[in-house]
Amino acid sequence: MAAIRTKRDPHTYTFPGFGSEKFPNLMLRGAGDLNNWHLKVYEQQHEGYVAMKQALKMEPVAVTEEVKTSGIRGRGGAGFPAGLKWSFMPKDTPERKLTRYLVCNGDEGEPGTFKDRVILEYNPHQLIEGMIIGGWAMQCAMGYVYIRGEFLWLIEKLEAALQEARDAGYLGKNILGTGWDYDILVYRGAGAYICGEETALLNSLEGRRGEPRVKPPFPAAKGAFGQPTTVNNVETLAAVPPIIRMGGAEYAKIGTPKNTGTRIFGVSGHVKRPGIYELPLGTPMNFLVEELAGGSSTGKKIKAIIPGGASAPMFDDKDFDCPLDFDTVKARGSMAGSGGLIVMDEDTCIVQATLRLIKFYAHESCGQCTPCREGCNWMEMILHRIEHGEGRMEDLDLLANLTPRISMRTLCPLGDAACGPMDSALQKFRHEFEHHITHKTCYTSGSRLLSKVGAH
Amino acid sequence: MNHPQPPETSNEPLAPGQRLPESERKELSPEAIAEIHAIMAKFPDKLAATLPALHIAQREFGFVSLSAMRAVAKAIGIPEGHVFGVATFYTMYQKAPVGKYHFSVCTNISCALRGATQLLEKVCEKTGVKPGQGPSPDGMWSVEEVECLAGCGVAPCIQVNHDVYDELVDEQKLVEVMEACKRGEYRPWAQ
Repeated sequence: MAAIRTKRDPHTYTFPGFGSEKFPNLMLRGAGDLNNWHLKVYEQQHEGYVAMKQALKMEPVAVTEEVKTSGIRGRGGAGFPAGLKWSFMPKDTPERKLTRYLVCNGDEGEPGTFKDRVILEYNPHQLIEGMIIGGWAMQCAMGYVYIRGEFLWLIEKLEAALQEARDAGYLGKNILGTGWDYDILVYRGAGAYICGEETALLNSLEGRRGEPRVKPPFPAAKGAFGQPTTVNNVETLAAVPPIIRMGGAEYAKIGTPKNTGTRIFGVSGHVKRPGIYELPLGTPMNFLVEELAGGSSTGKKIKAIIPGGASAPMFDDKDFDCPLDFDTVKARGSMAGSGGLIVMDEDTCIVQATLRLIKFYAHESCGQCTPCREGCNWMEMILHRIEHGEGRMEDLDLLANLTPRISMRTLCPLGDAACGPMDSALQKFRHEFEHHITHKTCYTSGSRLLSKVGAH
Repeated sequence: MNHPQPPETSNEPLAPGQRLPESERKELSPEAIAEIHAIMAKFPDKLAATLPALHIAQREFGFVSLSAMRAVAKAIGIPEGHVFGVATFYTMYQKAPVGKYHFSVCTNISCALRGATQLLEKVCEKTGVKPGQGPSPDGMWSVEEVECLAGCGVAPCIQVNHDVYDELVDEQKLVEVMEACKRGEYRPWAQ
């Protein structure tokens, strides 16, 4: 067993008023304290495993109902109601007993997102508790946690936490006398962004290449190893213990009526205090960026914010007051996605930023669907020549023509994700692209987002 | 086409006709094979052991060579082609030898906004190697440009072998990390 990280990372986790009724602290309890991951600390200080004991006394269906009442929407990006997803799992019939699986998606690879890492670092037991409750609600035989390969030290930590839970009798055979057997296995990925997509993740979990599957059949019908499976994000499952503890109806009072609960937002880029902030859904974006994250770190005006991880279309200053919940962000033409905010100041060259993002998608496209595989590469090539002063005015129309031919024409949303930043950059910052083409240089000065060494 | 082609990234799939390097080692150690068999027993399907077994092989061989893939296929009892396909799909399996200390520098947007490109240049300058060009002559260093490491709030960040180091804004911190590597304080690549 290798060393568990001892150095505290310099993220910001808290702010004045955090933990009060207005800003409840449900998922970041003890964040920043490196001893917090132990079972003893979790049980003694953070009401650990209270919800699990409560849930195991309830009927499995009642637990699912409670999660449904809470109205929690999946925190991975799509915002699908988690309780509804759980209720899609087929039940046992007298003739047929099914093996069901619960899979936790910890393949956090979306640029700008770093929330799951914090939960795994400081509160792995909350995730384990959530997975036990979820496993009970759907009567699963096994839980799998798929974690990206780069997080080796977090995998080791989670394994140690799981062993503590096994020793306490919370995992294994006949859990707390209910007659229910359940265990959790950790699976290490190997560096593929596409494995964050649920069916690609299932393929990867089965030891195959991470290529998304054709849906239907949906994972609830045929998932991991051909059995009914539910895939939930780390943050969604970590939110389950507070829901059971306080009751679904009480949880639903936090946030806005259709977007309940708290969410972990990560702020990165040009801000004074980048870090992780847990806020009720519907909190305005400028409160988070200006008040909590401290506003621009460079002293320059903020030009653009990406509100939900790299795949979300950019916002310009007209939309900086947007409340951060799934529906409003969508209505304003972006998506709440994974809750990672990337802030860019006035000196950032949008052409460079877009090229950097598209390069990411071109690199990470799995190559299964032609529109995404070829389209992302073409977008990269066209942007590359604009950036290097060889662009033509008709390239902008070409780019605008290209995106509708990728978006919604692929098996998984990676193609759509690449089009989000491209389209929004073209619409909102077209003058920068035009400046690049006519003047062969950046509209701003001093922006260096592309590496020049080596092969690039 | 009269426009510049974007350059190849270091993790680009193999070009037609290009072959993966063989390594001197041909077989996995008995402990590694036992470890792989233990993983196979945990899952409903033995195929699921492919990814963990390749991680084990990478640890043993230093990188995932052709012989490592063959050894994995043999240990699990699955076709070599499947292992080859999986190993070349995922970027964390190094298909060529790397240094004792492998620096993965994130240059994605959040890190780039906070100076990742300058950091990458500094890493290259200090180690004397370029991304995707194999280890330094003494076998100590190798550098790779990677996508998001989920350390956006503490950008720019790099990963040295299996551990992440954040907020490498100033040169001094990078020098400290490299000095600690030289003293052998960090986990070496193959362990």
